[in-house]
Amino acid sequence: MITDNLKNALILLYVAIFLLFGITKFIQKVFKKDIENMCIRLKSFLGITLFFTVAFLFNKITAFCFIGLISYLCLKEFFSIIPVRRTDRNIYLWAYLSIPVSLYIVYIKWINLFYIFIPLYMFIWISTRMVLSGNTKGFLKNLAVMQYGLMSTVYALCYLGLIYVIPNENNPKAGALGLLYYILVLTVANDFIQMFTGKILGKHKIIPSISPNKTWEGFIGGVIGTTILSVLMGNYVTDLSIGQLTFLGIILAAFGFFGDVTVSAIKRDFGIKDTSTLIPGHGGILDRLDSLLFTAPLFFHFYAYTHTLIFTRGI
Amino acid sequence: MDYKKILRYLFFLFIVKPYIYLVLGVNVSGANNLPKIKKSASIIVANHNSHVDTLLLMSLFATSDILKIHPVAAADYFCNTKLKTFFFKTFLGLIPLKRKIGKTPKEELFKEINEALKNKETIIIYPEGTRGNDDTIKAFKTGVSHIAQMNPEVPVIPVYINGPDRILPKGAFFWVPFIADVYVSEPVYYDGSPTKIFTKLIEDKVQTLKEEHKKREEL
Repeated sequence: MITDNLKNALILLYVAIFLLFGITKFIQKVFKKDIENMCIRLKSFLGITLFFTVAFLFNKITAFCFIGLISYLCLKEFFSIIPVRRTDRNIYLWAYLSIPVSLYIVYIKWINLFYIFIPLYMFIWISTRMVLSGNTKGFLKNLAVMQYGLMSTVYALCYLGLIYVIPNENNPKAGALGLLYYILVLTVANDFIQMFTGKILGKHKIIPSISPNKTWEGFIGGVIGTTILSVLMGNYVTDLSIGQLTFLGIILAAFGFFGDVTVSAIKRDFGIKDTSTLIPGHGGILDRLDSLLFTAPLFFHFYAYTHTLIFTRGI
Repeated sequence: MDYKKILRYLFFLFIVKPYIYLVLGVNVSGANNLPKIKKSASIIVANHNSHVDTLLLMSLFATSDILKIHPVAAADYFCNTKLKTFFFKTFLGLIPLKRKIGKTPKEELFKEINEALKNKETIIIYPEGTRGNDDTIKAFKTGVSHIAQMNPEVPVIPVYINGPDRILPKGAFFWVPFIADVYVSEPVYYDGSPTKIFTKLIEDKVQTLKEEHKKREEL
């Protein structure tokens, strides 16, 4: 369901991106500051936005294939940064296989099965399979790494599909797509606002041992900016009340930050800077979606808590 | 252009490249050391742990360059049947090389390779002689130095590949997707030293690249 509200919101998003382009070019020309990286980032960002728009607006199948693709790329990046035991090779295939299965379960709206498929069934199956390989050296470490990879890149990202299948009647303003728009734009904007205010005002480091660029000023600026954006945008594309939107703004800004820092901590643990070089100026896709890993499930469950969602199984 | 070349071009454009870049993924460091395929010949030397190595190395170049790149491979493994010979020559542009040489003079042994290099084409060679296990690099065989000796004007480019031993190790059946890392060193030219010493020099270069990778992992 594409309502007028959603259309206008999308147009506004593209206008905002091009405005940022203009501002960056302007700063480059007038202040002669070297922000070439900013331009590359914005270009990549525009590309990503286009991909998301086309995939989600076209139809349900493209949307789910797209979610599957990004989930796959994230999981692959995650697995590539960790040392792999040779005996576990085939178990990684099972982990990859859980992506299409998990998405199919969401596709047919068997929601209760989705809730437990990865946290319970894959949890049991991966352990079982790993025991069968008989290698106890580094057993728990590798088991834990695989479970964490599945939870963060498959389970969390499948929530995008889950938001997609929320019945449109719940949100008369813009339907499920409006909710998806809200969470995606808010998460990305939160990253951006935090980075921006952090660069301008940042003084007091928040967790210097993990991410030297993160400051209290950036974090608080992010929370305030995101909350304002949440109310303005949420009022237009979701049916949530102002109080709920304020609450969501604060929660999503804070946990977007923690999602980001968690992936940073993992990278630091394994001694790498970017998870890959897939997106010019951003690093890997996992580097870009890190905040979404926490915000998408949180948002869905907040929405499910405040609404009576009725999922009827079937395609 | 004959149909074999068209097939190879299409094979890389629609199957290998999407597979390598989207399904697997590659991080290259030292990409500016990669040779300009269209301009001159070169010898790419790499460690060898998996069949993926060749596809990976060839994918680093533009698809329009693919037809000028030839992996050198064991004749007894890749060209022991007519079907295999046809397949690998068509789709990979493979140059077979005898591993059991006996008393064959080296001009005859490396005839096809020399011809390719004279035609300003690039060859990929794995001096370990076979795929190794894990990520260890076995001692290099001197064949590559003999080729460099016969073609002293052709640059030798040492490359270290990390990752394909996880994707498809020797003897494995399933491909498991991981991102591979490729490190490219600056080119070296044959300096007139004995072949054994030159081989050692190349091997050390590859080892250095491997250490660079290990350092990055332990950072």
